[in-house]
Amino acid sequence: MEFNPERFVEMLPNMGYGMLGIFVVIGAIVVATYVLNSLFSKKQ
Amino acid sequence: MEFLYETILSVTWQQAVMWLIGFVLIFLAIKKDMEPTLLLPMGFGTLLVNIPGVDAIMEEGAITTLYNAGIANELFPLMLFIGIGAMIDFGPLLANPKLMIFGAAAQFGIFFTLCLASMFFGDNEAASIAIIGAADGPTAISVSNKLNCDPGIRGAIMVAAYSYMALVPIIQPPVIKLLTTKKERLIRMDNQSKPVSQTTKILFPIVIFMVAALVAPSAASLVFFLMFGNLIRECGVLNSLSDTAQKVLANLVTIFLGISISIQMTGDKFLQPTTLLVLGLGLFAFIFDTAGGVLLAKLLNLFLKKKINPMIGAAGISAFPMSGRIVHKMGLKEDPQNFLLMHSIGVNVSGQIASVVAGGMILSIFMG
Repeated sequence: MEFNPERFVEMLPNMGYGMLGIFVVIGAIVVATYVLNSLFSKKQ
Repeated sequence: MEFLYETILSVTWQQAVMWLIGFVLIFLAIKKDMEPTLLLPMGFGTLLVNIPGVDAIMEEGAITTLYNAGIANELFPLMLFIGIGAMIDFGPLLANPKLMIFGAAAQFGIFFTLCLASMFFGDNEAASIAIIGAADGPTAISVSNKLNCDPGIRGAIMVAAYSYMALVPIIQPPVIKLLTTKKERLIRMDNQSKPVSQTTKILFPIVIFMVAALVAPSAASLVFFLMFGNLIRECGVLNSLSDTAQKVLANLVTIFLGISISIQMTGDKFLQPTTLLVLGLGLFAFIFDTAGGVLLAKLLNLFLKKKINPMIGAAGISAFPMSGRIVHKMGLKEDPQNFLLMHSIGVNVSGQIASVVAGGMILSIFMG
């Protein structure tokens, strides 16, 4: 096992892609949920 | 007469230490009620696999066969997801869908830990350690298997994933208090929930699966099994299947999963300096998951007129329903009239979805 501190910076773009990807997917799910709610909501 | 004591004489110090660890896991499971469904079989299995010459872990031994049948091919975690999906009520989340962003934010710890772990490990091992932050055993097992993670650290990853899920009541509150002010913890949130139709509840798992699978195909099988479980719960025509999935299936698979994982708990694999590092990085992942959710809520409060109690962001960690209940209790402790449960459970449920998506992201990044 070696200690390579420069790898932290090298991995930062992956952190960015990963978090962006999660927010994109969750964002799509949120939009889909609002659409479902508006189409099939219970009348109050 | 030698056969009576030759096994005892061939016990190594590593195996003896692993017995101790096995006893600790059993103690935590029974006496402290910490994730007993997993820690008990893991603990007891640890005792077995550290007996010299035991055939259960030989090529066609019972534990090896179980491991190959259900862990090596990710079958057990996926089947467990059917049970988990059948147990989840997405109602609170469907009534307030925007809470899902906190589930996304609370996966920050996974990617921050990825950066930290990469300083010590190769890419696949760093990613497998980082996914401990998903706070979801099946996702952690599935991802570390697919990435062909070094078997030497898989045991530590699994122990960390399940143990820290049980330690969420100890890990999260200090982090939440550190990042929030008393005034913020006293913020009350509107408890009027919009009614959600049964049609929406039925279509939700189908739509989620299609959206998540098309955007992140690596997560498709994880999302499928989770949403299939939820669909058989909500469809209304498969009540006996739903009941079976929630109870019998979940319990059966959990038994096999716990015992199979213990094959990774042999002294030669587990007692390495890297094990402590893996356990430490796993703890970081949980801490930064909590911080990610709370800090997003604080950031949004800078722009919102109707403030969000930032504690609910911490519930975006996938430890369901424990994290949601912890946030609710912390809210009540600050103000006995402040009921955050609907919001915290909604966020907690979204964390389950987001953690699976995070697993898919990790696989997409490192497997292409």
